[in-house]
Amino acid sequence: MDKSGEAYWKATLTLIAQVLAVWFFVSFGCGILFADALNSMSLGGYPLGFWFAQQGSMYVFVVLIFVYKHLMGKLDEKFDVHED
Amino acid sequence: MSLQTMTYIVVGITFALYIGIAIWARAGSTSEFYAAGGSVPPVLNGMATGADWMSAASFISMAGLIANMGYGGGLFLMGWTGGYVLLAMLLAPYLRKFGKFTVPQFVGDRFYSKSASVVAVMCLLAASLTYIIGQMTGVGVAFSRFLGVSNSTGVFIGMGIVFMYAVFGGMKGITYTQVAQYCVLILAYTIPAIFISMQLTGNPLPQLGLGGGFVGTDMTLLGKLDQVVMDLGFPQYTTMTRVSTLNMFVYTMSLMIGTAGLPHVIMRFFTVPKVKDARSSAGWALVFISILYTTAPGVAAMARLNLEATVNTNVMSGGDLFAPDAGIKYAERPDWMKRWEVTGLLKFEDKNGDGRIQMYNGKSKDPAFLAKVEAAGWKGSELNVNKDIMVLANPEVAQLPNWVIALVAAGGLAAALSTAAGLLLAISSAISHDLFKNIFMPDMSEKNELMTGKIAMACSIVVAGYLGLNPPDFAAGTVAIAFGLAASSIFPALMMGIFNKKMNKEGAMAGMLAGIGITMFYVFAHKGIFFIKGTSFLGMFGGKANFFMGIEPNAFGAIGALVNFAVAYVVSKVTPACPDHITEMVENVRIPRGAKAVDGAH
Repeated sequence: MDKSGEAYWKATLTLIAQVLAVWFFVSFGCGILFADALNSMSLGGYPLGFWFAQQGSMYVFVVLIFVYKHLMGKLDEKFDVHED
Repeated sequence: MSLQTMTYIVVGITFALYIGIAIWARAGSTSEFYAAGGSVPPVLNGMATGADWMSAASFISMAGLIANMGYGGGLFLMGWTGGYVLLAMLLAPYLRKFGKFTVPQFVGDRFYSKSASVVAVMCLLAASLTYIIGQMTGVGVAFSRFLGVSNSTGVFIGMGIVFMYAVFGGMKGITYTQVAQYCVLILAYTIPAIFISMQLTGNPLPQLGLGGGFVGTDMTLLGKLDQVVMDLGFPQYTTMTRVSTLNMFVYTMSLMIGTAGLPHVIMRFFTVPKVKDARSSAGWALVFISILYTTAPGVAAMARLNLEATVNTNVMSGGDLFAPDAGIKYAERPDWMKRWEVTGLLKFEDKNGDGRIQMYNGKSKDPAFLAKVEAAGWKGSELNVNKDIMVLANPEVAQLPNWVIALVAAGGLAAALSTAAGLLLAISSAISHDLFKNIFMPDMSEKNELMTGKIAMACSIVVAGYLGLNPPDFAAGTVAIAFGLAASSIFPALMMGIFNKKMNKEGAMAGMLAGIGITMFYVFAHKGIFFIKGTSFLGMFGGKANFFMGIEPNAFGAIGALVNFAVAYVVSKVTPACPDHITEMVENVRIPRGAKAVDGAH
């Protein structure tokens, strides 16, 4: 791998780490670790911690994959490693 | 028209639809047969993946378990969707670039060793076979209700039909059939949910209804449910955790990384046209899966409330649940109870001999609650409802029109059959192609290869059916164990293959063996050796369940994965380094450009 290849991989890992941070925060964080604390707030008729565990994290997951796909596509172009 | 006739008709129509599409698509183009979705738009490919993914565990079993587990049931929801984020970012694009068809092929090439490939096949077989046991449990539930027979007869009939379905095989490979299956599945799941959400909350969307108000009162639906279950001695629905916070954390993690390590899911992303498509088809798959998964918690909570309300007439009115005439008379029980009694999955025992049904938490230790039970003359909870029947019984409990009940039966059958057949195909190709053809008998003829595959399929069905009669857990629980096995073996091996250039074959093999070994050990200690009843050896550990930090066997895959990573790292440091050409290959896999069409066909 040449220099730009290394830089590309580094940028990829950074992006993955950022997405994983959000992934972890909404599910393991809001859905599990802080669920009790969040339950004192509510979203409509949902206690908030319960909402994250049974609804919210899933919505965020879907958004995350498309955001990742978009940003990754940009990275591919920037480092000129995209297909075709 | 009677419900039974209606059910036959709806199931018949849906199956005619799948077969019709299969024949039409086969006539149209044969190349489609294997390259799942080669020329299919990512959106449709996502739907097909959704049908593949949503099995008896998701469709039949999961909401019933959530209804029982309350907040803690969120571990299934987060676990079985969050894995797609990992899949999309960590595995799918790189495995696509690698350009092979199966996981053992990747492991064999990346770790430059046939032995590594054999270890991977063994891990896959362990995970897939366990998965099928869970499916057979679900198939048994669906068929017993569909045909009005006992649960064991349902499992036997299901075994036969799954076998025919899998041998007919082509059904599975055709993306458009799966698109049709997805549509049937999702309609069958959401239509009753919409009806029930309207009835209970006035909001047609269960995702919003669950957070909405309870019709005719100023309470929220969840508030009402919390109150009812607590009055009946159960823990509060919206806060009851699964064993402990640590257990719930580990359980969720195990399901997530298991999702990213299960062969029949990963295979879907090997064959998309481009690396870019691998990323987006994971996203579309999750969109379609989430439609069911975000509906499930609504189904769970509303089914629970409806069930309590059916048995105890004072639930809806908010009257005294302990009143002598609150429980319904057994002689006047609704028809759906009679139908499920036939299957043996719903049982009534009149413990206090008053001819009425009382259902409450018989295991409660709360003195105030026990005093009320005593005063009411209750002698134990009298209705035993198998959790796996909740989803199928749900529309009957809510007294929805017959066509809705029939549609749910068709959806349950489609879910159970399609995934069971898909897994059997994965098993047969792992044994006949990855094991026999590539390792043991390279000069085997194509005919013998096919025959080996079919024998492997038949053996797996018999084993899974036998164990499915006395399942280690409810369908979704058994499937969770399968995910744990995949999580502890395949996921770490793939991760290290891509993200650690220096990982060598010795490390990878030792890691997989250690990871799956310790996970199996812990599971078998609880559930019996190879899930055979009466062979559990918890006694060795003081007879206490969940003896390791209070973690359930179903959740242990995440711990197994940690062991896998640690062992692999240590072993790789003390054994010969990974050769240079492999390091270069890994560097090449990390870059999208130059992705070729998939080769190494089977």
